[in-house]
Amino acid sequence: MKLLLRNISLRLADFVLKVNVELASQVTAIVGPSGAGKTSLLDLIAGLRLPQSALIQLEERVLTDTARGLFLPPRLREIGYVPQDLALFPHLPVRKNLLYGCKTAPPCGSLFSYEHVAAVLEIEPLAGRSVTRISGGEKQRVALARALLTSPRLLLLDEPLAGLDAALKARIIPYLARVRDEFQVPMLFVSHDRQEVQALCDEVVELERGQIRSEANQKA
Amino acid sequence: MSQEWQIVWFTVWVSALSTVLILPGGLAAAWLLARHEWPGKSLVETLVTLPLVMPPVATGLILLKVLGRRGVLGGFFHDTFHLDIAFTWRAVLAAQAVMSFPLLVRSARTAFAEVNPRFEQIARTLGAGEWRVFFSITVPLAWRGIIAGMILAFARALGEFGATIMVAGNIPGKTATLSLSIYESVQLGHDAAAFRLLGISVALAFAAVWSGEWLMSRRRGLHETAS
Repeated sequence: MKLLLRNISLRLADFVLKVNVELASQVTAIVGPSGAGKTSLLDLIAGLRLPQSALIQLEERVLTDTARGLFLPPRLREIGYVPQDLALFPHLPVRKNLLYGCKTAPPCGSLFSYEHVAAVLEIEPLAGRSVTRISGGEKQRVALARALLTSPRLLLLDEPLAGLDAALKARIIPYLARVRDEFQVPMLFVSHDRQEVQALCDEVVELERGQIRSEANQKA
Repeated sequence: MSQEWQIVWFTVWVSALSTVLILPGGLAAAWLLARHEWPGKSLVETLVTLPLVMPPVATGLILLKVLGRRGVLGGFFHDTFHLDIAFTWRAVLAAQAVMSFPLLVRSARTAFAEVNPRFEQIARTLGAGEWRVFFSITVPLAWRGIIAGMILAFARALGEFGATIMVAGNIPGKTATLSLSIYESVQLGHDAAAFRLLGISVALAFAAVWSGEWLMSRRRGLHETAS
């Protein structure tokens, strides 16, 4: 993966998010204290916020270039986003949540079929249920599967294991590892948890008050 | 059909039609007010609320000036389509629509504002365009508030008096609504008829408002993030 984040500038409540980095690892963790600007950075990449200035490029595709007045809407970015609150649509059953981003009827994705994703994440037994009646771990897997079924070029995960107890985290981490290994989708992974970072990520970027404090390759 | 039932039927169907007619514009206004900031927004907010606070008779007078044969819209419809609006059932419809519009907008606006914007944002990342986001996420999550607003608007239309009598008059069999007929019956000393119509009005208004309250009380829960 090559994700270029150049001259990013976004005014937040207490500081300005300023990022200038090129990410090339398959799975990159963004770590840092609460309020450091991690979620805002993911929102910028997904096209959910407008920066004061930015050049955001994924592989050869320019997503945002304020200098040229270019802004690709989120629906055209082909970026899967699993937000911290998961945002599963509460009025739709699990299956309709999963298929929401599918452009065609199942098998759905151009890269990953419904059956494949459902098998890897073990979600088929949940398909007929309401999203308000499944457990926290099941919701995490459904949100992940929903994002994967759009065949994204990049997966943004905002603290996907936050709020889960240690036992449940230990059960979900292997699913994330399977997604990484099975589907080979590049991931940008916001986390507070060293255990998650070590288990899943190749590169770690530390953000503090909107600035990159350090950048380290886990494999180095 | 007795004259009284004809009045009830006319009032109910014109009120229902006015509620349906204001729905697209009302939802659009509510959504824009709930989700966007733009120059002049407070002016639009005030204009939308005006019919709620202005004397209905004053609103009726404005409508009469606009919809009469010499008015901007009335003149256009008369000259182009040979259609009269003032003092016809269309004027009743217009008066009811204008007077009930703010209630629909206020209720729908609150309902839209309560929908977690994260749902809409994530729907966009899943490839949905704005129309799809609106009809598959926003409206289903706000539907109870929208229905409650429609019921309140319908109830307001049922009871409309001041604006209607100004722009439509009280023409038996043509523009006479429940409210106008109650007033006329009392003026003529037909107390029994007035009380019969009063009973029907109370029953219709009670049913409409009660169902609105019931829906509003059930609105909670759907807006919580399923996390």
